[in-house]
Amino acid sequence: MAVKVLIPTPLQKFTNNQATLECDGSNIAELIESLEKSCPGIKSRLCDEQGQPRRFLNLYVNSEDIRFLDGTETPLKAGDEVSIVPAVAGG
Amino acid sequence: MTQAKTLNPTAATFKALKCKECGAEYELAASHVCEACFGPLEVTYDYNTLRRSVTRETIQSGPNSIWRYRSFLPVATENVIDVGTGMTPLVQANRLARRLGLKKLYIKNDAVNMPTLSFKDRVVSVALSRARELGFSTVSCASTGNLANSTAAIAAHAGLDCCVFIPSDLEAGKVLGTLIYSPTVMAVQGNYDQVNRLCCEVANTYGWGFVNINLRPYYSEGSKTLGYEVAEQLGWQLPDHIVAPLASGSLFTKIYKGFQEFIQVGLVEDKSVRFSGAQAEGCSPIAQAYKEGREFVKPVKPNTIAKSIAIGNPADGIYALEIARKTNGSIASVTDAEIIEGIKLLAETEGIFTETAGGTTIAVLKKLVEAGKIDPDETTVAYITGNGLKTQEAVQGYIGEPLTIEAKLDSFERALERSRTLERLDWQQVLV
Repeated sequence: MAVKVLIPTPLQKFTNNQATLECDGSNIAELIESLEKSCPGIKSRLCDEQGQPRRFLNLYVNSEDIRFLDGTETPLKAGDEVSIVPAVAGG
Repeated sequence: MTQAKTLNPTAATFKALKCKECGAEYELAASHVCEACFGPLEVTYDYNTLRRSVTRETIQSGPNSIWRYRSFLPVATENVIDVGTGMTPLVQANRLARRLGLKKLYIKNDAVNMPTLSFKDRVVSVALSRARELGFSTVSCASTGNLANSTAAIAAHAGLDCCVFIPSDLEAGKVLGTLIYSPTVMAVQGNYDQVNRLCCEVANTYGWGFVNINLRPYYSEGSKTLGYEVAEQLGWQLPDHIVAPLASGSLFTKIYKGFQEFIQVGLVEDKSVRFSGAQAEGCSPIAQAYKEGREFVKPVKPNTIAKSIAIGNPADGIYALEIARKTNGSIASVTDAEIIEGIKLLAETEGIFTETAGGTTIAVLKKLVEAGKIDPDETTVAYITGNGLKTQEAVQGYIGEPLTIEAKLDSFERALERSRTLERLDWQQVLV
């Protein structure tokens, strides 16, 4: 069940400089675990000490912010696209 | 594709980029996000050097623009882009003050900022000066309109290539006011937050200088000049209370930083200034967090006529929240109808035609005074950040119409009598 993940520049050191990855997971939480397996160390960058996505990080499933969906419980299906985008921009 | 490189300024007073969240330090490159925690990066300065080298006199002998505060801005060379930005009027607003029940009210009027009639000229002048130092030849931005106007205009002046991204539903004046400078304009089918997200992805892959993405730490410093100028124009004193619009929250936090820096280097006396923020009800994530006593800002989907401040996912929202709370200020929101009334009130009492963001600020100012949250004795400054000629759609249908007459004296007199009767009827309606 492959999901396409877009990796921002600051995290590409964990992905051999790849800007996109194929990954598995039936929801966002599982996807993060699966990312950690293939790119060790990435989870501690994505999540805070409580295991929640950091407050200055936006996660989108097919262009929708997961905070408008079910947060880390947001379900994923094959072919979905997940973007990881630092929040600190604009204005 | 252009390549960013780092300069190691020797004479410059700015030292590093520092994460506002975890304190990690970085070199002065085109970078805006902490690699460790994704927090925002901010420029740090050597305040000891500034304290020794900058006086009120050195500032006053500088250019009549934001560049009189160059030592407090993140540019390393003398070769800055000076198109007369800044030093806009600080107008004592006696008629508006009386109408609201305040004693000392000032309007900081960036509706007449140069060259494109909004406060964005400040941040863009700084960002593009820095972009040139870092070796960029193409500049870009994600904009709600004013920023696109400013980036396109100042890029044209500086001879930089320019590509701007805007939501496709912007006011006609803002689109035309960008196209005239002949940049590439991408009108994105989506709201500002979607435009912003797209630009973050473009910034990742193209080597462009995005003023409010990879150049954001430098760009945002330009807003500090709105703090410096008010302090200088009040005779080197800080006001008691300021009211400013909140979009991303950056402007608000940088006015605060500007006041703090002037205190720190001894240019003004230490004083607590209350900071109050204004949002449109149709896009009020920061005001909602304030009202509910929350520590975090939940993104919203904007739906308001105040498009220039319609940011549903504000990058500096939590910092704006912190400042309003710790300075004993407030954050409030107003409806679109109140925003239109705010635009008209400022125009009718002070002769200043502002856009929807300014209408929001005036309407919130009124609301806070009525709620007893601004003391009539406080010296209050309301920041008007943009010009009403750019958002004419917002007031269309809410203002009068010209009286069309023949070129004859009696036609004029009949029309005048008719208009006076209508005015009297208006008053009677108000009284009823």
